[in-house]
Amino acid sequence: MNKPSNIQSASCADAPVLKERGQREVFCGLTGIIWLHRKMQDAFFLVVGSRTCAHLLQSAAGVMIFAEPRFGTAILEEKDLAGMADAHQELDREVARLLSRRPDIKQLFLVGSCPSEVIKLDLQRAAERLTEEHAPHVRVLNYSGSGIETTFTQGEDACLASMVPGLPKTDARELLLVGALPDVVEDQAIGLLSDMGIGPIRVLPAARADGAPGVGDNTVYALLQPFLGDTDAELLKRGAKAIRAPFPFGEEGTTAWLKAIADEFGVDEATFDRVTAAPRARARKAISQAAEALRGKSVFFFPDSQLEIPLARFLTRECGMEAIEVGAPYIHMGLVRPDLELMPAGPTISEGQDVDLQLDRARAARPDLTVCGLGLANPLEAEGLTTKWAIELVFTPVHFYEQAGDLAGLFSRPVRRKEILAV
Amino acid sequence: MKLTVWTYEGPPHVGAMRVATGMKGLHYVLHAPQGDTYADLLFTMIERRNHRPPVTYTTFQARDLGADTAYLFKDACRQAYERFKPEALIVGASCTAELIQDDPGGLAETMGLPVPVIALDLPSYSRKENFGTDETFYQLVRALAKPMERTARPTANIIGPTGLGFRHRDDVEELTGLLSEMGVDVNVVAPMGATPTDLTRLGAAHFNVLLYPEHAETAARYMEKELGQPFTKTVPIGVNATREFLAEVGEITGLDPKVDESRLRQPWWSKSVDSTYLTGKRVFVFGDATHVKASVRIAREEMGFEVVGLGCYNREFARDIRALGKEIGVPALISDDYLEVEKAIEDASPEMILGTQMERHIGKRLGIPCAVISAPVHVQDFPARYSPQVGFEGANVIFDTWIHPLVMGLEEHLLAMFREDFEFHDEAGPSHHGGHAPRPEEKVHTGGQPPAPRDIEEPKSDNLGSDVMVWLADAEKELKKIPFFVRGKAKRNTEKYAAEKGMTQISKDTLYEAKAHYAR
Repeated sequence: MNKPSNIQSASCADAPVLKERGQREVFCGLTGIIWLHRKMQDAFFLVVGSRTCAHLLQSAAGVMIFAEPRFGTAILEEKDLAGMADAHQELDREVARLLSRRPDIKQLFLVGSCPSEVIKLDLQRAAERLTEEHAPHVRVLNYSGSGIETTFTQGEDACLASMVPGLPKTDARELLLVGALPDVVEDQAIGLLSDMGIGPIRVLPAARADGAPGVGDNTVYALLQPFLGDTDAELLKRGAKAIRAPFPFGEEGTTAWLKAIADEFGVDEATFDRVTAAPRARARKAISQAAEALRGKSVFFFPDSQLEIPLARFLTRECGMEAIEVGAPYIHMGLVRPDLELMPAGPTISEGQDVDLQLDRARAARPDLTVCGLGLANPLEAEGLTTKWAIELVFTPVHFYEQAGDLAGLFSRPVRRKEILAV
Repeated sequence: MKLTVWTYEGPPHVGAMRVATGMKGLHYVLHAPQGDTYADLLFTMIERRNHRPPVTYTTFQARDLGADTAYLFKDACRQAYERFKPEALIVGASCTAELIQDDPGGLAETMGLPVPVIALDLPSYSRKENFGTDETFYQLVRALAKPMERTARPTANIIGPTGLGFRHRDDVEELTGLLSEMGVDVNVVAPMGATPTDLTRLGAAHFNVLLYPEHAETAARYMEKELGQPFTKTVPIGVNATREFLAEVGEITGLDPKVDESRLRQPWWSKSVDSTYLTGKRVFVFGDATHVKASVRIAREEMGFEVVGLGCYNREFARDIRALGKEIGVPALISDDYLEVEKAIEDASPEMILGTQMERHIGKRLGIPCAVISAPVHVQDFPARYSPQVGFEGANVIFDTWIHPLVMGLEEHLLAMFREDFEFHDEAGPSHHGGHAPRPEEKVHTGGQPPAPRDIEEPKSDNLGSDVMVWLADAEKELKKIPFFVRGKAKRNTEKYAAEKGMTQISKDTLYEAKAHYAR
């Protein structure tokens, strides 16, 4: 505010953040269920909500809905609202029926929605009661994925944060990797760190309930995703120590992330180089090929997943793009500062959204590539803007060295397609 | 509470969105929390629309709850009006906003906007998407349509098509052509493509064509009563229904219902000898009531199928579907629970399913071919090519769509004849895109070598054996010789027959006794 305006700020970390309120074009936190249930193989996600919630999950999950997914919606009916039926009794009955049909379920998440939050249905209490009832086979937890409280990937944050207080206590010095990543990527991360002699390494969320990591004063953790603010706070509360680093996107991001952990564990320079040299070279080569079409092009991010800042850092520094605006639904300054510091000042950093105003800005700037949700992508394409739909960046393996080329490829494909099509 | 994974219909405000998105010059201000904008992508992705749905969401958040949300709503209304300058606004609440009781209608009324504002009352906890479309269109018609002088030439309104409708785009085109051939002009097509101003001209038509009762029956009845316009009762899907529809139009207008049938190929295709094998194919029909009714008639009268099960997910038309079931002596299933549908299909063990996207997946799971006849559908059923369901071209389209998943007559014959040949082995499946899932347990042999002889004592991947019934070796061997696409039925029938006779072992003779017993 009182900052002298004639001094050029060095990096985006010093840039003022444009905060906007208004109509938002984003998913709610319930959508996190779609990738979380794949990761946690003995968990079931039961949304307590309306037909809209069920319809949202169905629309967002696409064909996955037919694969007997481990999620569902307990749809509130008129009688639940009018108090004619005791909501807790109804919930107990549905849960009992569900658990008898799926005896393989070890963790049940009661996921709050807008309707359940507005009518103040106490799912916390329900979770405690149901845990007692179904102990020791099933643990029932609760978090909110409602749109009034959470945006898209925040659903994962809320879920993981709900698990932290229940994690067993340990005094061991262990490295905890936090965030749900595709198994193949997780294995790569663990492989690289193990090769440097770092261990034991645990992950949150674990694939199964009995593999849940312990946490305590000697735990050191690194976040794999920028949207895990609440989980971060819960882990700090348990005495664990955070390693802050740029997020592992691209060669540079992955190296910086690994380096921060290596330094914490006292890995010497030679070992670090020995382990990372080959995959770094591979990643640089793959990026340079995939980013051919991106060099010198401009990019505009609409808010979606909170991945925007680290991805913009990757695109500007490693793919030669110029960022016009980097919009994020929320900015956890404490988590994304290392990424912002790497990005030279220039782009508008915006938090929140007034979608019509933001569309006006995008239209005026006519970026070469617009990263946005599926509700905006086709309409913008029809206006002649090239778009990359953002949701894919959450579902596709994009972290760490071996995926760096694929990550650049996700952005360059629409640009190349635009150049190829002659109709 | 009711545990649900798949829903056939969205909430009612999605129905209102379908009306708003279908129309032009209308804007919908929806009081809804952040996240409800997910519905936009149904239109931009599945229907591949090139513009955003004309919907402004208030996107309230937790911190707004309390008195704030009413202001949010009014701001959103004002901004939507200023930005989009629509001819009319519709306003309403989604499921969450319904709980916070802000009364969008009342709030919008006090704002004094210079265009008509129509309030929608859509009970989210008791009704669904189709109610939403029907009610929204009815409220629009009630607010905007006025009695007026009829056009000089005979004209009709086509009512019912909406955004995200199964083949609505091409149905309108086909129907417009049919009416035009009879000498009937189209006055207004609504909601799809109409502006609020167009709706004020609805009264000029001589009658209404009620194309989809799910979406416009309430409006049709209202216009019949208030504007004196009769509406057609037959939905022209199928050859006979189309002819009946044209006769109905003839009766209303006094025009000759004869139209050019030279491009109608379905009846000859169905009569040609290659279609003989379709006779008595057992089909299960499920979807929205309108398409189910039409499909049942086509299946029985125009394809020569046997309908072994039918049902719909929209309760509004349960009575019609039950009546139809009674008429043809088949139990009708009224349910929006896909597990019940799956159970009914399993019990009926049809040779083909005509249904929605969901039944296609059920078909895949059960290994039964399926064709899609009704919403909800995914992106592939909003095709680029012309593919109506209505009228004569619709009949051609339906014939092709329904028989492609089936093994063609000649192919079926050849498969049976050469089933021992390695190229025609059971696991090869039909050459058309059928409903048969690959069977990974038995690897397909490559390199031109004949498959190794199968050991019939081993447990079989296609589950030939039964827990309670013992299949003797000769019977099992014989069962293997039956083409795979009817083998499941043969097995079930034989076991049922054996159980009825109190037998616990099945011999080759039992198999053929059962076959004779069930012969049609």
